[in-house]
Amino acid sequence: MIFINVDEKKISCEEGRTLLDVCLENGIYIPNLCHVKGMQTPPASCRMCMVAIDGEKKPAMACTTRVRENMTVMTDTPEIRHLQRTALRLLLSVHDIDCKNCSANKHCELQNLSRFLKVGLKAAPYATLLKETAIDRTHPCLDYYPNRCLLCGKCIHVCRQKNGQSVFTFARRGFKTVISTFGFDNPDVFCGECLACVEICPVGALVVRKDAVNSNQKEEDT
Amino acid sequence: MRVKNPKAVFQEIHDAAAGRRASVEKQAVPTVHLGMATCGIAAGALETKKAFEEAILERGIAAVVHPVGCNGHCYAEPVVVIDHPDSGFSPILYPNVSPGKAKMLVKLFLEEGDPRFEHILGATVENEMIPWVMEFSRFSKETRIVTRLCGQIDPESIDEYILKDGYASLARALEMEPADIRQEIKASGLRGRGGAGFPTGEKWELAAQADGGDKILICNADEGDPGAYMDRTILESNPHQVIEGMAICARAVGAEKGIVYVRAEYPLAVDIVGKAICQARETGLLGDCILGSALHFDIEVFQGSGAFVCGEETALIQSIEGARGMPVYRPPFPVESGLYGLPTVINNVKTLTTVPPIIEKGAEWFRGIGTPGSPGTTVFSVVGEVVHPGLVEISMGVTLRTLIFDICGGIPNQKKFKAVQIGGPSGGCLPEEFLDTPIDFDSLNEAGAMMGSGGMVVMDEDSCVVDVSRYFLDFTQNESCGKCTFCRIGTRHLLDILSRITKGEGSREDLSCLKDLSRAVSEGSLCGLGRTAPNPVMTSLKYFEDEYLAHVDHKKCPGTTCRDLTAFYIDLETCARGCDVCVGCCPVDAIFTTRTRKKGIDQQLCVKCGECKVVCPPEYDAVRRISPAEGVPVVERLDKE
Repeated sequence: MIFINVDEKKISCEEGRTLLDVCLENGIYIPNLCHVKGMQTPPASCRMCMVAIDGEKKPAMACTTRVRENMTVMTDTPEIRHLQRTALRLLLSVHDIDCKNCSANKHCELQNLSRFLKVGLKAAPYATLLKETAIDRTHPCLDYYPNRCLLCGKCIHVCRQKNGQSVFTFARRGFKTVISTFGFDNPDVFCGECLACVEICPVGALVVRKDAVNSNQKEEDT
Repeated sequence: MRVKNPKAVFQEIHDAAAGRRASVEKQAVPTVHLGMATCGIAAGALETKKAFEEAILERGIAAVVHPVGCNGHCYAEPVVVIDHPDSGFSPILYPNVSPGKAKMLVKLFLEEGDPRFEHILGATVENEMIPWVMEFSRFSKETRIVTRLCGQIDPESIDEYILKDGYASLARALEMEPADIRQEIKASGLRGRGGAGFPTGEKWELAAQADGGDKILICNADEGDPGAYMDRTILESNPHQVIEGMAICARAVGAEKGIVYVRAEYPLAVDIVGKAICQARETGLLGDCILGSALHFDIEVFQGSGAFVCGEETALIQSIEGARGMPVYRPPFPVESGLYGLPTVINNVKTLTTVPPIIEKGAEWFRGIGTPGSPGTTVFSVVGEVVHPGLVEISMGVTLRTLIFDICGGIPNQKKFKAVQIGGPSGGCLPEEFLDTPIDFDSLNEAGAMMGSGGMVVMDEDSCVVDVSRYFLDFTQNESCGKCTFCRIGTRHLLDILSRITKGEGSREDLSCLKDLSRAVSEGSLCGLGRTAPNPVMTSLKYFEDEYLAHVDHKKCPGTTCRDLTAFYIDLETCARGCDVCVGCCPVDAIFTTRTRKKGIDQQLCVKCGECKVVCPPEYDAVRRISPAEGVPVVERLDKE
């Protein structure tokens, strides 16, 4: 057991764990989007969980920082909050902000973050840049909304955890990166039952297609 | 197995190579050394080679054409050195040898003994008749360690490298203890030449101490900066020095497997390195029991698919493993857990190429070159608005002024220097005040630029720094892997804002947004690409804010480059009556003849391609480009006089 100081609060924790896990368990919220509890190699891609660590010049990511004895951490400095707000605004600038018609309305991570960071749900000052494809329907029973997706990669992670191999993967690159099934022609994977990906999606980027569910239910009914 | 003395084994190899060379060079026939690296070929070296061979055959002269690598003098390609001992002249260097010139040289020099002085650049050795090239600052101010044999030897012949004392350092290293080699490299103060400048000796020490199975050595030749081609030139001109450096490193850290990660866009380099590895293996310089010692080390070539981000070491590892080339958070650093989880040393081509000379001449000698903080030399590819662009190897600590004005001949066409972009898309844009900055890792970082891998773009007064920033951002935005938020979305917004400004649609708010977002992207991004991508914007905003303001407030491009903010017109004072050159070249028929038989440009039709400015005969030089576009004088189609 070691002790660390987070926001002037003394916390005891096991050595070697990640700062993010420890803080979240102890009721200190650090914004995060791509982290799944217990992940061995965090992707560190959402860049939300920034913290200021005493003695370090640059902001550190809590998901990749291991706790050390007596480290002093600040989660709420103006600089950290500014960077987090910038990251959130960037994500909002490529997000189709249409909460009324979104399945994740009221349990959306972006809405939570915007409330927490006090950022309006709009792209300003950046221009809104949406992808051409609004819905990708290549999966047999899931609809993918590229303009809602944050590219956190959690769906890929859980699918791999549960099924050994992921149905999803990142496709294309740079600004055009999307999640894709690459046509979904793998007969060995039976998809559409566990829905772990839909459950873990922080926004409403993966949605069970309505007619698909209906047809499944019909089959079950008969 | 009995371990033999590496030096004795090497001596045998050396003697065998000498024997083979001697039989080739039996007769003292004239030799035409022709630069045949990618740059030479692009400038027409293949045609020149054919012309030489045909002419030699036609005239029945005993002469040979000897392909060599690139000597770095890009402005003079195709470069030819003719060694004609019987003529009484020292070997002579000819620049820009076209096929026609080649035929002429065969006839007049090789056959008749007249070296045609008007075509000579200089002699490669000191003599009394022809100026020695070392009398020119383009040659004399260079310090060549890494590129010392580039352009001197045939890269496809291991014998030529061995006869220039090649692989002697490996033989020496095999007699040293691995710890002593590491100590020597540490004492030399060699810093990684890939850009970050991490001390090489320390990296090797960490790798040597890392446990966790077989160690792997990767030579990073994934050079991707626009306008940078040092690694390619070295691999194409002297691959064996890279291989030798890798073998020495393998001995020092205990690696058995080496990989040269080279981009598939460098087909000639891939080909030459592959051949060089085969030759080294056949000669016993790679493989099992190298030079009779206990060292087992072999190298394979891995072709990268051209993603810029794969030059970042963690992304490079991902790419070799077959995954998406995306950077991974460090630590663990590759020296602890790299390729397939094994301890992996990744060094740049130039770093590894510097190793054999250090082992040969010692750390003390190396420390004597360069500055205390950054010993040794650095290779820059200087491009842009300079008289003598090309590859330049200078000792660290030489100032930018010396490099640009003395070595590279300054700015052509009596233009003024405006800025220099160092370190490619990750580097900074420095104005005139920084010309006396010494070139070394720390001074450049302090100035806001960076050493990077060694690309340098020089800009004259006719360039627009906003446009240059936009160009580099366009590159990094395209090359972003898309993993982290700041780099994926942030660089795109930076690019959009810059594009707006160059179109004259920017506002003051855009400038503050640029500043704020640049800082956020550089602080928040995951890997080096994102962290350094805003550098061109940040430095140009810092040093050339007035240019940004001119674009935003007055819709004026001071460098008259941004197409939407400039206009072309023809100066009626200097335009010549009856000359129709510009009319013929205009792709949109925007040029009309006035009643005075001079020319005018229809601004509605003009697409601002600039062709008319290019073709207007220099004695008139009547086409002007001005900014802002509104300031263009109105020329009536029916000009009354």
